[in-house]
Amino acid sequence: MNLSNLPKERLLDAYRTMKTIREFEERIHTENTTGDIAGFLHLSVGQEAIAAGVMSHLTTQDYIASTHRGHGHAIAKGSDVKAMMKEIFGKAGGLCGGKGGSMHIADLEQGMLGANGIVGAGGPLAIGAALTAKLKKSDDVAVCFLGDGASNQGGVFEAMNMSVALGLPVVFIFENNGYGEFTGADFSVGSKDIAGRAAGFGIPTVKVDGTNFFTIADAAGTAIDRVRQGLGPQGVEAFAFRFYGHFEGDPQAYRSKDEIENVRVDSDCLINFRASVAEGNRLEIGELDAIDAEVAILIDEAVAEARAADFPSPDAVLKDVYISY
Amino acid sequence: MAIKTIRQAIGEALRLEMARDEHVFIMGEDVAGGRGGTGVLDAAGGVLGITKDLLEEFGEDRVIDTPISETAILGCAVGAAVSGSRPVAELMFNDFMGVCFDPLLNQAAKFRYMFGGKAETPLVVRTMYGAGIRAAAQHSQTLYHMFTSVPGLKCVCPSNAYDAKGLLIQAIRDNDPVVFLEHKALYDIPGVETPDEAYTIPFGEANFVRDGTDITIVAMGLMVHIASGVAEELAKSGVSVEIVDPRTTSPLDTDSILESVEKTGRLVVMDESAARCGFAHDIAALVADRAFGSLKAPIKTITPPHTPVPFSPALEDAWLPGPEDLVKAITAVMEY
Repeated sequence: MNLSNLPKERLLDAYRTMKTIREFEERIHTENTTGDIAGFLHLSVGQEAIAAGVMSHLTTQDYIASTHRGHGHAIAKGSDVKAMMKEIFGKAGGLCGGKGGSMHIADLEQGMLGANGIVGAGGPLAIGAALTAKLKKSDDVAVCFLGDGASNQGGVFEAMNMSVALGLPVVFIFENNGYGEFTGADFSVGSKDIAGRAAGFGIPTVKVDGTNFFTIADAAGTAIDRVRQGLGPQGVEAFAFRFYGHFEGDPQAYRSKDEIENVRVDSDCLINFRASVAEGNRLEIGELDAIDAEVAILIDEAVAEARAADFPSPDAVLKDVYISY
Repeated sequence: MAIKTIRQAIGEALRLEMARDEHVFIMGEDVAGGRGGTGVLDAAGGVLGITKDLLEEFGEDRVIDTPISETAILGCAVGAAVSGSRPVAELMFNDFMGVCFDPLLNQAAKFRYMFGGKAETPLVVRTMYGAGIRAAAQHSQTLYHMFTSVPGLKCVCPSNAYDAKGLLIQAIRDNDPVVFLEHKALYDIPGVETPDEAYTIPFGEANFVRDGTDITIVAMGLMVHIASGVAEELAKSGVSVEIVDPRTTSPLDTDSILESVEKTGRLVVMDESAARCGFAHDIAALVADRAFGSLKAPIKTITPPHTPVPFSPALEDAWLPGPEDLVKAITAVMEY
């Protein structure tokens, strides 16, 4: 797939998506220091190009299964940013009514099967959504986002194997950010080769730079197209870096100061994107700056509205356990 | 209407619901059998033969043989359910839940709640449970108390063919995730009158297996049949035993249990699940909490001992609660 001639609108959309994820999460990082956000937060800052690149090939009919680091996936899949912010603040009107929080943001109307607090749980769920697509005889696909940590989980192995055995329309996207919690992938991934391991299950899998929108969008587009053509499960191992720790508050003693500083300079997908489009005169810098300004306003509004919103009524505790009981 | 076994009733329920709703499909290990082998397809129809011939009728898209891969089976079924399908997944033995609880515990059971009421996960997991056929420690457990303790799951344990068919059809039509437990010693016990057509039995409605006035026995699955035999015997000596089979542990028909105890004033719970934190203790606590004033004697619980299920027939027979345990408990309660 050649993305060098991507129409201008799609380029702007891609940048807007990445920038929205970045601003959303940078703002959560800041807001969290006020103590007004409860619970666990896992930020994907630094990995925005993967979400934007993959989702640029999906429709709302296609499903994704996300990870605990799922804000970016939800935004890129089309979830309402203001409802997401309310959810993270635990407020009424949140995307999940305040019952899920950061780690369980889901948006089934957008085909987003949920962030997930269980590492690797999305693997089996995604192949189930792919099975539904197959039974409907549609050309919808399911995309499963997994980290380098999840790549070691048995359930993911089972999902990969069964997807091949049953010929399911699923793409496995391994976001290799180098760390599973506080442990390096170079240690925890025995073979040091996630793509190779997926290939061992019979899933053609490529390795790409996940900090460059064009390379990840290109690889994901090829994989998704192949799945839609009925060629069976495909995979992409996308390398990127998380700019923050495993969770907000993680002191990151397991990373060198140099590494933490350098990744923001050398591996920032937004900087990379601006450089790429400037090189080919494909977009005016002013157009990108205008998006930056729009996004800043959107996130300001999202935070203001989330802060102003009411907490859910306590009677919501007993609601929606079952459809009927 | 004809006399049917539980084995026949479950097969009929699956066939009827697959014919009625194209979104219903079955998946699991060897549900057809024979794929990838050198013999014929549909070689087995599951280890019980219950799903035999469904492949021919409904095709390979809806009768899905899987690898031996329980996490993928359940997780795939959950993902399929939440995306619009109505899977009936087979987990051959409930003991295997040890390798695959996450899709039920953390996914299906919690989607609706943690996604703010927006998810529907119409999933059925059929699974065998129970002791008595010399299947030893890893194929004989009774684990419905574990499923019952998970909010978001429904849990069904039929004790006869009529209930099995009506409850399974209800489970398939139900929009919440349901664990449907089949006691492996009951598949071929003498059958009961069971309609040929489809019908449903609502969840949360106990069956009064036998009406009585002196003492209430709460029992499910195999224990219902043991209790029935004992009640028949004791009737000869003038003890009137009432047997309540809850049929579903979640939802639970608390009203029927309480009404029965308020009438009889005495309760024995005979249950095959755990000796600690099991279903018997749940019922005992319910009655102690809400009907204490009606009790004429302390509540008795009968469960297996707090041990794994042993293999040797001599040991398994000693392990499994039997009629003499129940007679002893009833006598103690009546003579209190």
